[in-house]
Amino acid sequence: MADLRGVPATVNTRAAPRPAATAAVPGPSRFLLRALRTLVKEKPVGAFGGAITLLLLLTGIFADILAPYGMNEVNRDAFLAPPSREFPLGTDNLGRDLLSRVIYGARISIIVGLAASAISTVGSTLLGLVSGYVGGRLDLLLQRAVDAIMAIPGLIMLLVIMALVGPGILEIILVLGLGGAIGGSRIVRGEVIKVKENVYTQAATAVGSRTSGILARHILPNVMAPIIVLFSITVPGMILTEASLSFLGLGIPPPAPSWGGMLGGSGRRYMFLAPWMVIWPGLALAIVVYGVNMFGDALRDVLDPRLRGGSGRFGVLGTNRRSRRGSLRRRSREQTTV
Amino acid sequence: MRAYVVRRLLLAVVTVFLVSIIVFLMVRLIPGNIVDAIIAQQMQIGETSDNREIEAARATIEAQLGLDKPILQQYAEWIARVGSGDLGESLWRRTPVIEDIAVRWPVTLELGILGLLIGQLIAIPIGIYSAQRQDTVTDYAARSVAIGLVALPGFWVGTLVIVFPSIWWGYQPPITYVKFFADPIANLQMFLVAAAVLGMGISGGTMRMMRTTMLEVLRQDYVRTAWSKGLKEETVVARHALKNALIPIVTIVGLQLPLLLGGTVIIEQIFNLPGMGRLLLESVVTRDYTVVSGVVLLFGIFQVAINLLVDLTYAVLDPRIHYQ
Repeated sequence: MADLRGVPATVNTRAAPRPAATAAVPGPSRFLLRALRTLVKEKPVGAFGGAITLLLLLTGIFADILAPYGMNEVNRDAFLAPPSREFPLGTDNLGRDLLSRVIYGARISIIVGLAASAISTVGSTLLGLVSGYVGGRLDLLLQRAVDAIMAIPGLIMLLVIMALVGPGILEIILVLGLGGAIGGSRIVRGEVIKVKENVYTQAATAVGSRTSGILARHILPNVMAPIIVLFSITVPGMILTEASLSFLGLGIPPPAPSWGGMLGGSGRRYMFLAPWMVIWPGLALAIVVYGVNMFGDALRDVLDPRLRGGSGRFGVLGTNRRSRRGSLRRRSREQTTV
Repeated sequence: MRAYVVRRLLLAVVTVFLVSIIVFLMVRLIPGNIVDAIIAQQMQIGETSDNREIEAARATIEAQLGLDKPILQQYAEWIARVGSGDLGESLWRRTPVIEDIAVRWPVTLELGILGLLIGQLIAIPIGIYSAQRQDTVTDYAARSVAIGLVALPGFWVGTLVIVFPSIWWGYQPPITYVKFFADPIANLQMFLVAAAVLGMGISGGTMRMMRTTMLEVLRQDYVRTAWSKGLKEETVVARHALKNALIPIVTIVGLQLPLLLGGTVIIEQIFNLPGMGRLLLESVVTRDYTVVSGVVLLFGIFQVAINLLVDLTYAVLDPRIHYQ
């Protein structure tokens, strides 16, 4: 779906920064500064999402400093206490400060989101490279297997596997990562097939370059942008899925302060007595998923304009990730089957 | 066209076959031995206590599940039984799995259909309006809301929807499941809110899709012709543009189905609806693996069937598409 209004929403190179402001700043940071300014100007929502993402990262990293109490510190005289000056977001049924738990929850979300997406992206790349480059019977076989795995609704597959593997943070990272790799490999495969058709790849084959050389020197660099994009749009999904599984009691076990787990376990038991127990973790989750989503969308627009959906002037708002992925999926499906 | 249909059908059969292998292997190959789990469960309940009894129990369970046979034979026997409609017995209740599913699936079906309907009913008009008023404040507002809806976790919204009416107005939706034909009003009272939460989660995607395709169609030559004939805006949009813009929405139903089915598990849990998702969750927790494989297999077959249906509908709806 091309941008039909014909307004190019590529990275703005016109917006040259005023020399006075940047003259003192040396090379790389000047570039960063300019990139940042372009981002804020061209993609305000994406920049806002980026700010939320940064805030999430900082909260996670400095959780020990930011949290007024320990994540499992029990206050014996304040069970189910409503929000107050002492406990800004209230306490839970064990007298644990909710603000502190929500802050530590950011750390869990970051770790799971990044680690699972990293595994998923590396897996997608390997699988996509092999399937797309080798092609032929192997590709057919792999793609039918991917079809079958993707025929089972994601969350259902994941919750069964988590129940069999057992709860735990390492377990959920691996399961989410490997599960995500299968769907993601479709996107990488499609890109690899496109690059493979290019003349320079064929030339490399013709002069007798080794397969590993072609993959490393010609294919991989040219599919890197979609891979980075794939990583960035995977992160919010992973965070949300971890929360959903923990909510169902199949993700990260208590007492770890996973946002989903806080909502699902004791949160649901005491929700009428202490609604603050279910409000804050969910709100934190919603804001973070929104922010990281927006940031990923903007990143995609900047890094890989080819992948953009039908976007308006503020490309970030108009991008249609779902349909684009859908069309990619359909396209790659039809390439082999129709 | 016929060749296309035949090919799609064959492909669907292959996929279902592979799904059955995955379901079969899933419960057997993944770490965490199912027999140990069952024995641990029985010990908790107090059926077995000393070592010899455990060994005996293990042998019995393995024989019951057919785990003492080679894996290929196990699969062949399992698939033969499944093919004749026998999904085995629940390990705990000793009732046929197919009976459990027969009781549960109408709940999930109703929830899913209502959720899908509500989702599209929110999404399509807003998507169209957004496209008609491209780049206006309304357009930006609608699109921001669409993205926000995708980011909102369904289990959070669902929980809040139960908590706040109860605290503010003392209202609680009925808790015991009533069949639709027994008491439609009580039944809808249970389902509508739950389905709205489910539909909300999927509406964002449709809204964005609807807007994009509508924008595309509105720029087609025949739409310009319609304008230049001096037709009213409503006629151009409804008669000329909408018909073609709705075609891709068919595919999004297929794309959203996994999301929808996954969502029912969570929504059924929150709203206490005894559907397939609840059954799956209960069986997963009690490691009732015959029920788990039965339910997952059916979900998989259902998904493959809908995908097939979507592909075929798409081919019928859009005569421009030719499939070799």
